[in-house]
Amino acid sequence: MLNTSPDFKENVRHAMADAGLQKALDRAKKPFALSRANAVAGLPEFEALRETAKGIKNHTIAHLDYYLEAFTSQVESKGGQVHWCRTAEDARNAVLGICQRVGARTATKGKSMISEEIGLNDFLAEQGIEPIETDLGEYILQLRNEAPSHIIGPAFHLNREDWEESFRAAHTHLPADRVFAEKRDIQAEARAVLREKFLAADVGITGANFLIAETGTSIIVTNEGNGDLTQTLPRVHIVLASLEKVVPTIEDTLSLLRVLARSATGQEFSVYTTFSTGPKRPGDLDGPEEYHVVLLDNGRSNMVGSEFQDMLRCIRCSACMNHCPVYLTVGGHAYGSMYSGPMGSVLTPAIFGADQAHLLPSASTFCGKCESVCPVKIPLTGMMRHWRERAFERNLSPATGRYGIGIWGFFARRPALYRAVTRIASWSLGLAGRKRGSFRSLPLAGAWTKDRDMPAPEGETFFARYAREQRSR
Amino acid sequence: MNATSNDQRAAILAAIRRGLGRGALPADQSMMLQARIAAHPRQIIPARVALDHAGLIDLFVANATREFATIDHIQDRTALPEAIATYLRAQNLPMELTIAPHPTLEHIDWSANTLLTTRFGRAAASDMVSVQAGFAGIAETGTLMLPSGAGTPTTLNLLPDTEIVVLDTNDIVGPYEDAFDRLRQAGAMPRNVMLVTGPSRSADIERTLELGAHGPRRLHIVLVGADDQRSE
Repeated sequence: MLNTSPDFKENVRHAMADAGLQKALDRAKKPFALSRANAVAGLPEFEALRETAKGIKNHTIAHLDYYLEAFTSQVESKGGQVHWCRTAEDARNAVLGICQRVGARTATKGKSMISEEIGLNDFLAEQGIEPIETDLGEYILQLRNEAPSHIIGPAFHLNREDWEESFRAAHTHLPADRVFAEKRDIQAEARAVLREKFLAADVGITGANFLIAETGTSIIVTNEGNGDLTQTLPRVHIVLASLEKVVPTIEDTLSLLRVLARSATGQEFSVYTTFSTGPKRPGDLDGPEEYHVVLLDNGRSNMVGSEFQDMLRCIRCSACMNHCPVYLTVGGHAYGSMYSGPMGSVLTPAIFGADQAHLLPSASTFCGKCESVCPVKIPLTGMMRHWRERAFERNLSPATGRYGIGIWGFFARRPALYRAVTRIASWSLGLAGRKRGSFRSLPLAGAWTKDRDMPAPEGETFFARYAREQRSR
Repeated sequence: MNATSNDQRAAILAAIRRGLGRGALPADQSMMLQARIAAHPRQIIPARVALDHAGLIDLFVANATREFATIDHIQDRTALPEAIATYLRAQNLPMELTIAPHPTLEHIDWSANTLLTTRFGRAAASDMVSVQAGFAGIAETGTLMLPSGAGTPTTLNLLPDTEIVVLDTNDIVGPYEDAFDRLRQAGAMPRNVMLVTGPSRSADIERTLELGAHGPRRLHIVLVGADDQRSE
């Protein structure tokens, strides 16, 4: 829900000046890339598996209608229910309907970006049902009333002092003079506080990493075990999943799981990969009595057959943002969406509309690092370019940019004039910048040079050099 | 009023088919997809699991240990109470066990070790140590497969501080696929299947890994099998 994507530029200015955020980003940069690289090096089949993973997702999307129906009939045959929801509002109402029918007062929650996308927490709270986030990262964000800044490490923008401060403010039943000597003391306090919530909850709400058509199974992948407690202890388990999460078989899922954790955290496998299939069986001593899957569309079916179809392959590993120079400079909040970084720049306009999020696809250096690490080989930069074209066609891009491109277009259509002007500009800039080799500021480009240096041209244009080298052959 | 789920289902399917530029799949194509599901073909299996059984046991032990599980090895189940008591004593943990009501664990003479107090059933919130029956060990990543069932409640894997899993070395396989084949042979897909790799952990606080987030902070695996199966 919460979407400040239209304020992207202002958000970026904030992020660059936020010392706490910059500290958190500095801490993450190297480990993000290093841990993935180590995991990939440990599996010689990794590159081949990327191609397999891409193929599985493409096959599924090409038969998405079939696999969704197959999944649904499997869930129903095991005593569960699937709720097809066209919009975020439909999904919120489906969850509310279940909660109200069973008289739920509290609902524990595993981490789910779909929950963020449909704005479930605020909605449930308004209806008198208390939502309780149980993932450590999501829990502190709920205490601080903040949005996640990363799809798998939602609170990675926070520092230790933020955790201590929030816990002292929220857990007033504990002695005020207690000491958090180690980070594990913070974690232990969250464990103890949330234990009681797990046991008292009437409904448990989780996301899903995959849905398996073969067996009607939902899968969550976690390290903490909070998702498992959420889906095991309460009477009712509700799974929130968008429709592209479906995969044909267990074997297909295993191939995707082999690339997921390695791409995400650099683990070979996450601690808990859990397959849930329907409600409690006769003879079972634990597990929920009801099992529901809220299946969300929210604009995704319209991506099928469009230039954004490949985005439906995404398995939400976060490798693209972990390797993105823009994301690692501005953090996740600047994007104003629960989906940030390169995948967010493509997905956010598709879900919330290009008029809301047209600035995000411009936040790219087009270095292509995101594509080179994507486990399902999504052509992210190509799709960002599509969004830019659409924004230009629909007149959404800023006036200064359009004006500039208009001027450039005038010269580009007149090659002789273009060469003459660039020759003069290149020569004079080369002369002026000969000493330092770069400019700290340039006329008409003050905003650009404020945070960057402009390298000085070497005095010759590409065309001139190309012509010279052709002649000398 | 919101459209009913059925109307929404029809609308979503129509939008997908419009995007794919076709109507509902013709019967012959549906049957092909159905046949693929029935055959559930394997894809790439990592070469690291191309080992004999002794090699797989070693790989399982190495990978599970790297993920912070601890391993013990006994010759047969009669030695289990003593092995568990020894582990608990070394860790300074309480000698009270909640044990999975599974035939392979119920048949053990737990009273042989007088220090242990035992209870069979699902876990309660206050339980400190659980004993679970392992279904399979997956050598590829040192992962345990723990399906739910009347004899193997899921809460034993989640609520106690320390989980002890008892696993026959015969049940150690190479890739995940082999474990799921065994599960299919055992019957219908259980309600819950946990693949567990080491104890619970989180790196949410400043990216520092800390064990014991919400699930067990110790995972102890007791392998049961004759010594000559190990290559060491």
